[in-house]
Amino acid sequence: MSSPRPGSTDPAVIRNFCIIAHIDHGKSTLADRMLQHTGLVDARSMRAQYLDRMDIERERGITIKSQAVRLPYQSPDGREYVLNLIDTPGHVDFTYEVSRSLAACEGAVLLVDAAQGIEAQTLANLYLAMENDMEIIPVLNKIDLPSAQPEKYAAELAHIIGCDPADVLKVSAKTGEGVSELLERIVEKIPAPKGDASAPPRALIFDSVYDTYRGVVTYVRVVDGRIGKRDKIEMMSLGTTHELLEVGVISPEPVPSEGIGVGEVGYLITGVKDVRQSRVGDTVTTAVRGATQSLGGYRDPLPMVFSGLFPLDGSDYPELRDALDKLKLNDAALSYEPETSLALGFGFRCGFLGLLHLEIVRERLEREFNLELISTAPNVVYRVTTDAGKEIVVTNPSEFPESKLAHIFEPVVRATVLLPSEFVGAVMELCQQRRGVLLGMDYLSEDRVELRYTLPLAEIVFDFFDQLKSRTRGYASLDYEPTGEQEADLVKVDILLHGEAVDAFSAVVHRDKSQAYGVLMVQKLKELIPRQQYEVPIQAAIGSRIITRETIRAVRKDVLAKCYGGDISRKRKLLEKQKEGKKRMKMVGSVEVPQEAFIAVLSTSDASPKK
Amino acid sequence: MTDQNDAPFSLYIHIPFCASICGYCDFNTYTAQELGGGVSQGTFHELLIRELELASRTLDAPVVSTVFIGGGTPTLIGSDALTQILRGIENHFPIDPQVEITTEANPDSVDARMLSALRDGGFNRVSFGMQSVAPGVLATLQRTHTAGASEQAAKWAREAGFEHVNLDLIYGTPGETDSDVRDSVDACINAGVDHVAAYSLIVEPGTAMARAVNSGALPPPDDDACADRHGIIDTMLQGAGFDWYEVSNWALSGGKSTHNQVYWTNANWWGVGPGAHSHVNGRRWVNHKHPATYAKALESGVVLHGDIEELTPAQIHVEKVMLALRTRAGLRVDELDAEERGRAQGFAALGIIDPVDFGNGVVRVTDSQRLFADRVIRDLLG
Repeated sequence: MSSPRPGSTDPAVIRNFCIIAHIDHGKSTLADRMLQHTGLVDARSMRAQYLDRMDIERERGITIKSQAVRLPYQSPDGREYVLNLIDTPGHVDFTYEVSRSLAACEGAVLLVDAAQGIEAQTLANLYLAMENDMEIIPVLNKIDLPSAQPEKYAAELAHIIGCDPADVLKVSAKTGEGVSELLERIVEKIPAPKGDASAPPRALIFDSVYDTYRGVVTYVRVVDGRIGKRDKIEMMSLGTTHELLEVGVISPEPVPSEGIGVGEVGYLITGVKDVRQSRVGDTVTTAVRGATQSLGGYRDPLPMVFSGLFPLDGSDYPELRDALDKLKLNDAALSYEPETSLALGFGFRCGFLGLLHLEIVRERLEREFNLELISTAPNVVYRVTTDAGKEIVVTNPSEFPESKLAHIFEPVVRATVLLPSEFVGAVMELCQQRRGVLLGMDYLSEDRVELRYTLPLAEIVFDFFDQLKSRTRGYASLDYEPTGEQEADLVKVDILLHGEAVDAFSAVVHRDKSQAYGVLMVQKLKELIPRQQYEVPIQAAIGSRIITRETIRAVRKDVLAKCYGGDISRKRKLLEKQKEGKKRMKMVGSVEVPQEAFIAVLSTSDASPKK
Repeated sequence: MTDQNDAPFSLYIHIPFCASICGYCDFNTYTAQELGGGVSQGTFHELLIRELELASRTLDAPVVSTVFIGGGTPTLIGSDALTQILRGIENHFPIDPQVEITTEANPDSVDARMLSALRDGGFNRVSFGMQSVAPGVLATLQRTHTAGASEQAAKWAREAGFEHVNLDLIYGTPGETDSDVRDSVDACINAGVDHVAAYSLIVEPGTAMARAVNSGALPPPDDDACADRHGIIDTMLQGAGFDWYEVSNWALSGGKSTHNQVYWTNANWWGVGPGAHSHVNGRRWVNHKHPATYAKALESGVVLHGDIEELTPAQIHVEKVMLALRTRAGLRVDELDAEERGRAQGFAALGIIDPVDFGNGVVRVTDSQRLFADRVIRDLLG
């Protein structure tokens, strides 16, 4: 038996698909099982979750960067097929990347945990797939679990997609049950790709990954024509051209080929070192006799959430800069520029797609580059127009202008929350508190509800998800997508220590919430800052108006009671220890603030009011 | 080490026995029950004399200017044994004619006769652990003596002819009031002593009191209350003619403890007994802590050590600053390096150290800044 060769595969035997699933619903396990089932990976070399590369992905069980794998498949009727499984990132921050992965496929496996039912992000991605007229294959996973309710959730999926509950496949990726039926269903239901083999080549970039040894590896789906290994290629949105060093397919390790043709999925290597040279959503064509019309749908990644990142130890600043430079090679959505904070020293103001993106970058900086960081509370980007008609874009709260503002605009999102119906009241109350506007509410099944809200993004980045989880005992799921901006009555709240504003603590909040925010911050700081040599007032202020105040009393005593023969060594060692401790203090004006206080106050979840 | 013979030299003798262990105490001391018969309290002084002999040989018999017998409860082994230790010292060391010889004593383990015997045996200073006159405070501290016993003991000591008598106070005990402190200071003054040491209560890790505080059964000492009470004590004692000469020590004229000052001027001393600390010529060491193991080694002619530290010049400097700035005598400016001197100048301008003394070449923390001495030390050392 010989499988079709890359570069000369009849599109009729190709099936391009992805798996739409929520974190933990078993996507990676199912992918592993398919690899095994098609004989591509034997059980011995099977590393759990083969497709997930990075450590963090493996630990968190989520996929950050998608990949594609070519699976040769022989149907029980003897026919040979090529299945291209295109992995999709599974989180709200990466909606655009998901949409590009979907655009590379004709069909999608909708994978849902039979014990939990569909989650909001899955639903959002499903809608995206349905809007693209993709063939959807509904699958319930984990049917081996004692808590599985396959009948209930089959009915739910059927209701959402508009199919018969009997059409919902039931598998256990863990035991392998139902996987062969699923592969057959993919072959049977998902349409073969269509394209013009004689037209100028056009391939969609759905992912690009930086590899230390090879440079940027670009993953593409060929729509028209053929890309051969000696071609010079052009990135259509950038207009840049590159010599190809290698073309191939992943199966499941990279396999070089002569080329890739219509409907095929593979990788390109040009030797460029920066993923910005190879942008997700862009169209690849050949430099000579190339296409003139791109595939469309490309857009620049737009940072939505900002945070200042500062090294705990100021002398690590050059290391932080180098680390960000390196991460950028593999993360086109990450943006950053130097920032100087009076309180935190030198660092970078970084832009992220969302909160998870922020967390992942921060974690990679700490783990892969051994950096200890303080990050300021995440904020969104504001557009401000002044009385003089000038427009200012604010990405750092401490730079929010204080007077003569005509209009302030903040980004808003359309949020979808899926939840058990018993928590509807609690979640509506939360959304109301967060200035949400109800767009609609639907029952997915008897006891599961979909709520749709317009919410300011700023309200979501401030511990919304934690609150949502705690009010629904973890049962609610959330998805959101940016839908524009709205005018809002926002003010900057400054926190003053000993009369001096601490830039890292400044926040832009709605006027109605400024008092509560100020009180919360001031009380937290009072708890966290040790008593000082002098009495230290802590104030919250809007402009020059103080809205709340607390006082840290002066320390009255700083001397050991006893110092005799046996105490001397101990006391000297204590002095040496205190000297080390002093290094972990940040001086804010004349006030010594322990780094722990900054971290505790700036981490959103800790700063949230406990209810 | 013959060059040591002219420098002041002292002996500290540790008696590691107590009738019962107080809840706040982390000293190296044991009840008879804890020792379980491994050590004979009746002949323990003979072991100490053997260490004295070894010390004398090692150091080439320097002149002893002070002796301090502490514990534990030295008086538990009786006046005869304590006096025999003094004879042992005289047998092995030349003694300064002005020698100060102190023993600690528990108020309820002495009587007038015993104090007379000690005085006759050569002791000229005695220090009682009074702690407080408030019964509630004594109970919290798990002291066995009753209020009044300490004043009585101090009066007996005076009657027995002791030139110098000290009472130790502890303040800041949970449940103590300002007026308890006033009563305690009054009692000290009325007892006719020439020295008072007052310590804010420290909850030492590993003690019964630390467990009670950690479990929430006992509130921790309040720093503000301690600061207030230090002020009360200082005012009252100064009113009665006592001057402070270290953060926690006050004395009438001529009543300062010479032995204390050995520690604070980084002079040399040898600590005899289990767990005793020594400092000789830039080396600090501590004897093995457990009396039974210590005794066994000594029987074969060896003083068993725990940690030994060879101090670097930088460490010696830190200790010098750290000890001297706690005292009213302060530190000579020329002991400081250029940077420290610069900082000291700044402190003088702020009134943290006395500007007049600084002009005269002495760094001394001003009275009002005494309770911040540690901070001044940290800041001065940079």
